[in-house]
Amino acid sequence: MRLPLHLIANKRLAANRGIRDLSVFIFRRFLTLIATLLGASLIIFLVLDALPGNAAQMLMGADASPDAVRALTIKLGLDQPLYYRYVHWIMGLLTGDLGNSYVYGTPVAGLIAERLTLTIPLAIMSMSMTVVLALSAGIYTAANHNKLGDVGVMSLTQFGIALPNFWFAILLILLFSVKLQWLSAGGFAGWDESILAGIKSLLLPAISLSVVQAAILARVTRSAVLEVLREDFVRTARAKGLSKRDVLWRHVLRNAMIPVMTIMGLQFANLLAGTIVIENVFYLPGLGRLIFQSIANRDLIVVRNCVMLLAGVVVIVNFVVDVLYAFIDPRIKVHNL
Amino acid sequence: MSGSINTPLIEVRDLGIRLNTSRGPAQAVRGVSFSLKRGETLGLVGESGCGKSVTALALMGLLPDSAVVSGSIRLDGSELVGLSDANYGKLRGNRISMIFQEPMTALNPMHTIGRQVAEPLRRHTNCSAAEARKEAIALLDRVGLPDAAKRVDAYPHQFSGGQRQRVTIAMALACQPDVLIADEPTTALDVTIQGQILDLIAGLVAERGMSMILISHDLGVIAENVQRMMVMYGGTVVESGATNAVFTRMGHPYTQGLFRARPRLGARKGTRLQTIAGTVPELADLPSGCTFADRCAIVEDRCRMALPAVVDVSAGHGVRCVRTDVSMAEAVGAVGA
Repeated sequence: MRLPLHLIANKRLAANRGIRDLSVFIFRRFLTLIATLLGASLIIFLVLDALPGNAAQMLMGADASPDAVRALTIKLGLDQPLYYRYVHWIMGLLTGDLGNSYVYGTPVAGLIAERLTLTIPLAIMSMSMTVVLALSAGIYTAANHNKLGDVGVMSLTQFGIALPNFWFAILLILLFSVKLQWLSAGGFAGWDESILAGIKSLLLPAISLSVVQAAILARVTRSAVLEVLREDFVRTARAKGLSKRDVLWRHVLRNAMIPVMTIMGLQFANLLAGTIVIENVFYLPGLGRLIFQSIANRDLIVVRNCVMLLAGVVVIVNFVVDVLYAFIDPRIKVHNL
Repeated sequence: MSGSINTPLIEVRDLGIRLNTSRGPAQAVRGVSFSLKRGETLGLVGESGCGKSVTALALMGLLPDSAVVSGSIRLDGSELVGLSDANYGKLRGNRISMIFQEPMTALNPMHTIGRQVAEPLRRHTNCSAAEARKEAIALLDRVGLPDAAKRVDAYPHQFSGGQRQRVTIAMALACQPDVLIADEPTTALDVTIQGQILDLIAGLVAERGMSMILISHDLGVIAENVQRMMVMYGGTVVESGATNAVFTRMGHPYTQGLFRARPRLGARKGTRLQTIAGTVPELADLPSGCTFADRCAIVEDRCRMALPAVVDVSAGHGVRCVRTDVSMAEAVGAVGA
């Protein structure tokens, strides 16, 4: 199509304005992100500092001499004023120097990085399972509203929501590990031997993490799709001659995605909390287990950085969800300006 | 085109529609018969709930799955009742198009208007995306959307109600349909815009030689825009005929009541607007006789026995009333006022 020159210029202007709106939107959300992270870091720091008991005393045991405890306190920097230690920590976060673990004496950053090689794949696996299961169940039930399949799948999700994930994990171990002996009951094969072995050892943990979440997300998807199906523009699309299936895929799903993505973002936070329990059930040396052990050992510097990492991931995931809203729904940019 | 010049484009015979409502099954439409020639315009007038929109949706094949349709609807001689959804989909938006009442919600908020106008072209013709886009711009230009070439990539929320209705009209006309059904196309619009939109529709119908079914509760809109009209009440057609004939000699007590209930300019101050006593009967429990019997001033026992037959009061002017002798003797004064 050939447009007159001034129209092309106008079109570019309009496109530029769209991009500028979007940049403003993202920039504002980014400022909120930074503020939230700062707030989270402050709360994490203060709460862990306010915990009763001296970390140096804990590490040396009850019988240690007061001199030795004081020496360790100075060595760990715990004698410094509160604000100094906070700023020092934040600077460390920015440069990647998180200090050394009180217990292991090795850099915290390395410790966390090593554990993430397990927890990140686990989180990705269970989140993908959640999304695939939930979207297909949600869309299927909405498209077959009030039919047998809808009632059946929705009863299953009711069951899924009621399951505690650690208990479901134990049932999975009993069935697949003890009885059928298809998968190991716990432990992590690592990625060095083969990727498949690593995935196999994460399969049951990922399933137990995703079942409850998928049940919730499926219900959210179903009601979101049903709500959009009642909209006038669905009838308009049908009046153009589109089949029910085409209307569902081309017109309904994108409109239903906003509530679904909101829940997905929240579930990601839930998932990270869930790994602490599930990694313990399956004896997986992941981040969750590291947090659990560090709390037991009073290795507060590790706990603090791990919790900050989780908080950061949750805040960033929600930032990404917010930005995705703007890409999905053209009205959002304008409403926020 | 299978039909010859003389076969009506649309022929509806003894149409009955049974809907499942929350109050149980309801006979929403019964005994509706009419035909529409190529290029002819027909108005459907009546209060909300009288069955006019349901009749329109039946022509489009867009009634809910639970609706039971009896009788016959023929388009160019081929039967539409009982047609599979896939085959109906080939007609919708292609040979029969529809404009809906609510332009604010009839468009998908997530898609550009260009894409939505191009969609029926992509569905029913073999044109490429670029051709469809070019045609969409031409259509938007024809319906009087300012700067169509520039605004083709804008989203519905960036337009006013009147402009959005122009977009839905462009969409309905995209494939040059034989029949256009306009269901209260101006009811949701500002009074100042209503005339413009009606003129636009009338102009396009004449220009393209389309047939039109215009649905409205507004007698003024009907009087100015269609050649023939049908008055519906309680799911039946109570009066039908050439618009001129009906307006000069109203035969049915309901039509007369509807006419008297119109506010008029120049009426003396303090004159109360006339109303029709009683309320519209619930579709779920319609009386077995004349549906208007409970509100009619000249009702007799025989009116309640069975649905009155259509009486031809003049050529092509039918009234479904057993007391036309009385009603039409009195009507002369009412119309003259």
